[in-house]
Amino acid sequence: MLMRYAATRLMQLIPMALVVTLVVFFVMMIVPGDPVMVMLGAVDGAQVPRQVYDAMRVRLGLDQPIIVQYLNWLSNLLQGDLGTSITHRTSVLEVILLRLVPTMYLMVGGLIVAVIIAVPAGVLAAIHNNTKWDHLATAFVVAGISVPTFWLALVAILIFAVYLGWLPSIGYTRPQEDFVGFLKHIALPMSVVALNIAATVLRFQRQDFLEQMQQDYVRTARAKGLSERLVLWKHVLRNSLMTTFTVVGLQMAYLSGLITIVESVFNYPGIGYLLLNSIRTRDFVVVQGVVLFMVFLVIVVNLMVDMLYTVLDPRIRYR
Amino acid sequence: MEARATDDSSIFERPASQASSVTRSIIAFAGSDRRGMVGGILLVLYILVALVGPGISLYDLNAPDLGVRMQAPSWAHWLGTDRIGRDVLTRIIAGSQVSLQVAVGAVVMALILGAPLGALGSYVGGAIDALIQRVMEGIMAFPSLVLALALVALAGPSVIMLWFAIAFSSIPRYARLVRSGVLTQKEREYVDAARAMGQSPTRILVRQILPNIMAPIAVQLTLDFARAITVEASLSYLGLGLSMPYISWGTMIRDAQDFLEVAPWLAIFPGLALAGVILAFTLVGDALRDRMDPRMRRSLSRRMV
Repeated sequence: MLMRYAATRLMQLIPMALVVTLVVFFVMMIVPGDPVMVMLGAVDGAQVPRQVYDAMRVRLGLDQPIIVQYLNWLSNLLQGDLGTSITHRTSVLEVILLRLVPTMYLMVGGLIVAVIIAVPAGVLAAIHNNTKWDHLATAFVVAGISVPTFWLALVAILIFAVYLGWLPSIGYTRPQEDFVGFLKHIALPMSVVALNIAATVLRFQRQDFLEQMQQDYVRTARAKGLSERLVLWKHVLRNSLMTTFTVVGLQMAYLSGLITIVESVFNYPGIGYLLLNSIRTRDFVVVQGVVLFMVFLVIVVNLMVDMLYTVLDPRIRYR
Repeated sequence: MEARATDDSSIFERPASQASSVTRSIIAFAGSDRRGMVGGILLVLYILVALVGPGISLYDLNAPDLGVRMQAPSWAHWLGTDRIGRDVLTRIIAGSQVSLQVAVGAVVMALILGAPLGALGSYVGGAIDALIQRVMEGIMAFPSLVLALALVALAGPSVIMLWFAIAFSSIPRYARLVRSGVLTQKEREYVDAARAMGQSPTRILVRQILPNIMAPIAVQLTLDFARAITVEASLSYLGLGLSMPYISWGTMIRDAQDFLEVAPWLAIFPGLALAGVILAFTLVGDALRDRMDPRMRRSLSRRMV
């Protein structure tokens, strides 16, 4: 059942994935300058022997018609070959995977903290609708949406690193080397990510909980004589968590952008930092690789959310 | 993802007469919604500052004044001075112009590129509609900031490129909004009437249907303004925005981060300006949406029963 649904969903993803690769491929076409010269590492205006130039052109497949170039590139892509980085001199996938772990700590940690803050806060705001607590929660949501991430990050550095001196302002330590150092380094960037995501989750959690409370099953549960606490925290919460779950899944694309900014502010060596560094060094194969990798993550996470949805909610049956 | 696709169509399920006047609902909510009012006031202030502010500034925008380097806020320089003695307030006022320009351009571009695609799909249907929808889904899979970042980095920053980079990931939102709007409106009697009168499809679309689906589009435009301003500032902060003659709040914050310890005001004030403007658009957009969201009305009517 689930397997068949998974297969259908995967099939539906194919046109989307094709569009994604087409966009990325043609975006790479707008890079100014001659890719052959770039690959040869030649500076602007440098003279390169004709044979060398032609050999590189053929090696890169640039003598082929553009559709063949695209298909070649796509077939490499499907085999996990994202190309070779000019600055790192290794495969792009390797470069990305090396930096994936710190990013994962940041993403997963940030998401977990966000959910831990936002779900109870959203429920409380909904139960105490239109009270002081609700307004406080709304203020938090509005602030979280309005305050630009990079600025929040700088203010966090200003307070906790510069003035209080509690935490290091930038950098990263691997947890297997120095766990306390790792926690200290990740605390600020993770908090910024968590606060940002928490605002969105809280908003939806509150809204959905409010709507769920008006559903018929709630009336039934109350009529049955269940305690208010049981009705709200078991029946309603369970149903509205599904929404939260979807919201978190849909945040994936946003999260990649968020990570890129946060990693840049904190000099945190993840894939977002890699992306910006590659832009600076004009290593466009890596830029392309990271963008594709992020889209891949988005698609996979959305797919997983869809799958888990069917597992968690027995009412949903897909054909 | 399917759930979202069906979601926005519900916005249109209301009598056409109610949707007709965006202006009326703006005036109405300004009176009834406190958040909307605060947002509206902030918004008017921001637009005024952007339009007339640079003309009334006391200090020169770019000329260094080395005698007053990195001064904390004072009566002479309300928001302090930067590392070569330029007045921060003057530069923030100038920055409002750039952010407004970029945001207007980006949002208009997204609308101009997205709306016709949605209208075309809903009118023609079939394979073309399906193709457009798949392309839109593909674009939606991209993280918008990362895509904008890559586009600007690859093509080099120019005003038009910046508009396009920011607009690109919003295109599907307008395409979908217009598509689902046209699909629901197409079946209405007034469209039948217009068709019976022999009006051309284009005329029906522009003169009859478009005014009736403007309300949700206006909400989306307002919220997209906030997003465009955020993305512009973020790109500038990352060093990928417009350079020199343009003054961006994001760039100001970027320049300020090296002096966080000695001159925090350099980073704090442009950030506050940025947050204020984003807040304004978000509040207005939210208030507009609350006013038009059918779910809100449903819960109201239920309470009345």
